[in-house]
Amino acid sequence: MRTKSKAGKLTGFSERTSDIILVAVCLVILIIVAYPLYYVLVASVSNPYDVYAGKTFALPSGFTFDGYKAVFADPSIVTGYLNSIKYTVVGTVFSVVMLYLTAYPLSVKELPGRKFFSIFFIITMYFGGGLVPTYLIVKQTGLVNNMWALFLPGGVAVGNMIIVRNFFENSIPKEMIEAAEIDGASKWTTFLRVVVPLSRSIMAVMVVFSMVAYWNDWFTSLIYLPGTAKAPLPLVLRNILIKSSASASQMSMISGGYAELNKLTEMIKFSSIIVAAAPMLIVYPFVQKYFEKGFMAGAVKG
Amino acid sequence: MKKPAVAGAVVSRRRSLGKRIVDHWQLYAMLLVPVVLTIIYKYIPMYGIQIAFRDYKASRGMMGSEWVGLEWFERFFSAPNCGRMIKNTVLLSLYGLLWSFPIPVVLALMLNQMRFQRFKRMTQTILYAPHFISTMVICGMIRIFLSPSGGLINLLAGTSIDFLTEAPAFRTIYIASGIWQDAGWGIIIYMATLASIDTSLYEAAKVDGASMFQRIRHIDIPQLMPIMVLQLIMSAGGLMNVGFEKVWLLQTDLNKAVSDVIAVYVYQQGIERAKYSYSTAVGLFNTIVNIILLIAVNQISKRLSEDTSFV
Repeated sequence: MRTKSKAGKLTGFSERTSDIILVAVCLVILIIVAYPLYYVLVASVSNPYDVYAGKTFALPSGFTFDGYKAVFADPSIVTGYLNSIKYTVVGTVFSVVMLYLTAYPLSVKELPGRKFFSIFFIITMYFGGGLVPTYLIVKQTGLVNNMWALFLPGGVAVGNMIIVRNFFENSIPKEMIEAAEIDGASKWTTFLRVVVPLSRSIMAVMVVFSMVAYWNDWFTSLIYLPGTAKAPLPLVLRNILIKSSASASQMSMISGGYAELNKLTEMIKFSSIIVAAAPMLIVYPFVQKYFEKGFMAGAVKG
Repeated sequence: MKKPAVAGAVVSRRRSLGKRIVDHWQLYAMLLVPVVLTIIYKYIPMYGIQIAFRDYKASRGMMGSEWVGLEWFERFFSAPNCGRMIKNTVLLSLYGLLWSFPIPVVLALMLNQMRFQRFKRMTQTILYAPHFISTMVICGMIRIFLSPSGGLINLLAGTSIDFLTEAPAFRTIYIASGIWQDAGWGIIIYMATLASIDTSLYEAAKVDGASMFQRIRHIDIPQLMPIMVLQLIMSAGGLMNVGFEKVWLLQTDLNKAVSDVIAVYVYQQGIERAKYSYSTAVGLFNTIVNIILLIAVNQISKRLSEDTSFV
């Protein structure tokens, strides 16, 4: 008891004060993180002249959905959007299947050659052929201008594979697998009927990781899918956001002069950011509670 | 728990290797496609690195092109911007590492003390958000916010500076936006480690009258030490891996003095100009420096772990 009161005095803050300080600091950090996104959201439904005059720090001004209308009236953006959806769906299914097919055998301790295969995959995390040799091989295998160039060279995402493997090792009871095999199930059946259903949480995390990776990727497409017809959304947005150039379709939308066009290109910037970022920002909170568990399984004896 | 596993291992050891391989044929079948893809798209390109020492001609192929030794490396080292690119690459990532490494640790230590579970969860959700946004969109936002006419930063500061044309501002922009995007995501690994700490330690500390800061200092930080060292080693090993994407999107003619990095050069020479051998040589130089760094840092950490009780 004596030490308690003494230490409490010596170190200053009571539990209550510490709590208040903590919450205050967290609020400041939250504002720093969230405000830029909020500002873009507000600006996307405001008159761009008001945005640039500094009238939209807190609430929209000159409320309008014209920016969003213009985004969805632009055929290049719509094509990009559809391309991105296609790449994300196919890529995610492919990646998660590859992850599971690799992670499960490597989690079986009795598999002869397990160590060899593990090293075989892990080396590719640290060492690779580099940009050009990989490009030349993708080209030689005929994948340039083919959407599979986005999926096949990435093949197995080794970092994620290790997380899944460790999940199999640590979180799926060995007895259940043995019981299934004693009952006469083949290794394949055990995998599909026992391992896959028991690993739904890690699968949810991997689905989200892959979705985000494919939805946001543009570098691979920049290299392997030249031309505009197959460009995913971020690559289409490059013209709008980075080069600040108006597309032909935007120009045709405008009856007025240069000022009108300028206004439209500025509005499209804000609304296209929201349109591109929203899908993933809506999805990830659903699997958030599994992130830490997943990383725990992956970090321990990684 | 342990006995069946041991017994199983003994039984399977008694069987011959051939029998055990046959027993597991379905597992090898699962590995087939991933292994083939990895060989084609990872290992063959590694073998193809030899074009860095050849004069690659598409008609003669990777192995048939003429051997030129170190010519491409010599050309790189005598290129006018070579020194500048190496310096920019190292500094951008070194400063980035020094600034962005401690922040997730501090955030995690703080959040771990938060007793209001709902607020904690909401904070985490918001902190993770920027991680899920494409670099393309992030760089678009950076450009909008930094715009000299009506950009958020200039509005708030009452100025009209075109930051992206100011070379001295480039590193700050690159690193600060990187922290904004990924510091929140970086806390996960630390949060997971902190969540595994035995709660009786905290209870004992509270009984002894330890304040929040004392608990952080004497319980949390020692527990995080090994994983921090590990993270530091991994980042130091990737010191030459400056991401291509953000630099390329934020580069302007006027900030090139600091934004000219090896990764962008490799892309421009290799993909835009189709100088395949030269680009491969530059990329290989980068990889070799990285591997040397990785080994060096690894050795240092091994020494450290012998001296102290870390790791």
